[in-house]
Amino acid sequence: MDYLLTESQIMIRDLARKIAQEKIKPVAAQYDESEEFAWPIMKVLAESDLFGVYLPEQYGGLGGGILDMCLVTEELSRACGGIALGYAGTGLGTLPILLHGSEEQKKKYLPDIASGKRLAAFCITEAEAGSDAGSIKTTARKEGNKYILNGTKQWITNAGEAEIYTVIALTDKAKGVRGASAFIVEKGTKGMEFGKKEKKMGIRASATREVIFTDCEVPAENLISREGMGFIVAMKTLDTSRPGVAAQAVGIAQGALDCALDYSRTRVQFGAPISSFQAIQHMLADMGTQVEAARALAYSVARLVDSGAKSVSKESAMAKLFASDVAMKVAVDAVQIMGGYGYMRDYPAEKFMRDAKITQIYEGTNQIQRNVIAANMIKETLKK
Amino acid sequence: MNIIVCIKQVPNTTDVRIDPVTNTLIRDGVESVINPFDAYAIEEAVRLKERCGGKVTAVTMGPPQAETALKEAIGLGCDEAVLVSDRKFAGSDTWATSYTLACAIEKLEAYDVIICGKQASDGDTAQVGPGISTHLDIPQVTYVKKIVEINDKSARVERMTEEGYDVVEVPLPCLFTVVKEINTPRMPSLKGMMRAKSAKIAKWTAADLDADPAALGLDGSPTRVVKIFTPEARKGGEMISGSTDEVAKELVELLKGEVV
Repeated sequence: MDYLLTESQIMIRDLARKIAQEKIKPVAAQYDESEEFAWPIMKVLAESDLFGVYLPEQYGGLGGGILDMCLVTEELSRACGGIALGYAGTGLGTLPILLHGSEEQKKKYLPDIASGKRLAAFCITEAEAGSDAGSIKTTARKEGNKYILNGTKQWITNAGEAEIYTVIALTDKAKGVRGASAFIVEKGTKGMEFGKKEKKMGIRASATREVIFTDCEVPAENLISREGMGFIVAMKTLDTSRPGVAAQAVGIAQGALDCALDYSRTRVQFGAPISSFQAIQHMLADMGTQVEAARALAYSVARLVDSGAKSVSKESAMAKLFASDVAMKVAVDAVQIMGGYGYMRDYPAEKFMRDAKITQIYEGTNQIQRNVIAANMIKETLKK
Repeated sequence: MNIIVCIKQVPNTTDVRIDPVTNTLIRDGVESVINPFDAYAIEEAVRLKERCGGKVTAVTMGPPQAETALKEAIGLGCDEAVLVSDRKFAGSDTWATSYTLACAIEKLEAYDVIICGKQASDGDTAQVGPGISTHLDIPQVTYVKKIVEINDKSARVERMTEEGYDVVEVPLPCLFTVVKEINTPRMPSLKGMMRAKSAKIAKWTAADLDADPAALGLDGSPTRVVKIFTPEARKGGEMISGSTDEVAKELVELLKGEVV
């Protein structure tokens, strides 16, 4: 379907597609197996300027928006959702600086991110603070012109590989979420360590580790916005990034559908390709329709975000919820169409199914998305 | 360092068909791409620039639509590009083509290195690169797989041979043709593509060149394509089985029966 993309968006999408199909697709299974971080691919993405598509030109970016980032994430995910996360996770880690950072912070960090020289990561989740992000325990105590961070962040995407971390920590425990603040912490800062690499079901080319702060001294100028704004920074970041998760889900779904469609045309049973059977045709039709609907919603919400709309919580939750549920369903159906071949790790269908699952879980479980959507719907009726 | 890279736009080789009547390529509906070997030449030229400074100028001779190949070259890191295009060049063989390109190169500012792909995927002659250096009267090294050392006076390169490689030292200016072992071409960059979109490509006709009109195009081409054909497929071999002695005997008999 034609989404009336601009000339430069088409260029971005086509280049991301070329890289995904020529450079990522041939190595996706190998990285899935080895669980290594795909640095050679990150280098290709960097040299092609893809890390900068959504960053302003004055910081070395290309001046596009979240839709541009979504186009890249979708195309990369169509080849490998795990490798794509090195890119998308950097976007998530960058948004707090882009949305709430000072001019100095933007000047200092965004050019290296735009050029792909340094990756970023966002640190909010803790062992006892997942869906209930308000119960984080990591603290940041101010001492002179620095903050001392203590605590452990869990399941941090890109941890260990990224060099720029945006971290949510409590500057005032008594105030709860209103006492949270956001910080920029650079890899190599004394007192910052990484835990062991987690073993995951899917997105295995993505690195997930703990980030452990032990009396980690961070310069006071690394505070993003003001003390107490941490939770607002985090929520605004997640509202802005969720269309990106939706795009990742759309890419995974499309990748799974591509496999199933190709397979159905070449697999012969009862003397005919299985694509000639109505049972398969109806499955393919539903999958195609669902993927297109998810894409349409993801792009629409990305455009809404790019328009500068004040509140996008409900819409971005809808895009993430819908697209990730579609990804899971379409990937399961792709495995089903491919039967025994779909279940074998020699074929990519089962990987898309494993990769799809995380999109229903991270950046807010789909149950939390439903809470957000319903709360906003009810709030809107009260305003009338 | 001034680097010139000569490229050719060719039909995408994954889909080449020959018209059985005219023996020419069927170009209709076939996508045009930069000759795959020239992609290595572009990459090596851009790497040389990154290594030594200077600029890269891409040159092609071809129909007006070859401009897209030059824009692509700019997207890949070339700084300037020249399209040499005129109906008078039509029908050029490798001699006339290399003469025309040499004339165009002489019109450009002084150069240090000219890089070409080892051959084009459509004609497969591997003659145009060496032809250019002959017309320009500069040294050439073909099948280069590595530029080991280079300064403003000379270069030391590795030249692929069937059994290994030669190490060749050559004074500049010179011409290299490169093989695919020399590098892995990079992906285009968005900033390069944006630059390419607005880049102005110089367009030169025969009148712009200091060239002998009689040496251009079909008239300037000493060779003619008389016939292009697909050789008949060879018949399958015959297997002889049995003990070594039996097999040897039967083979000798069979050979005796043939012309041997």
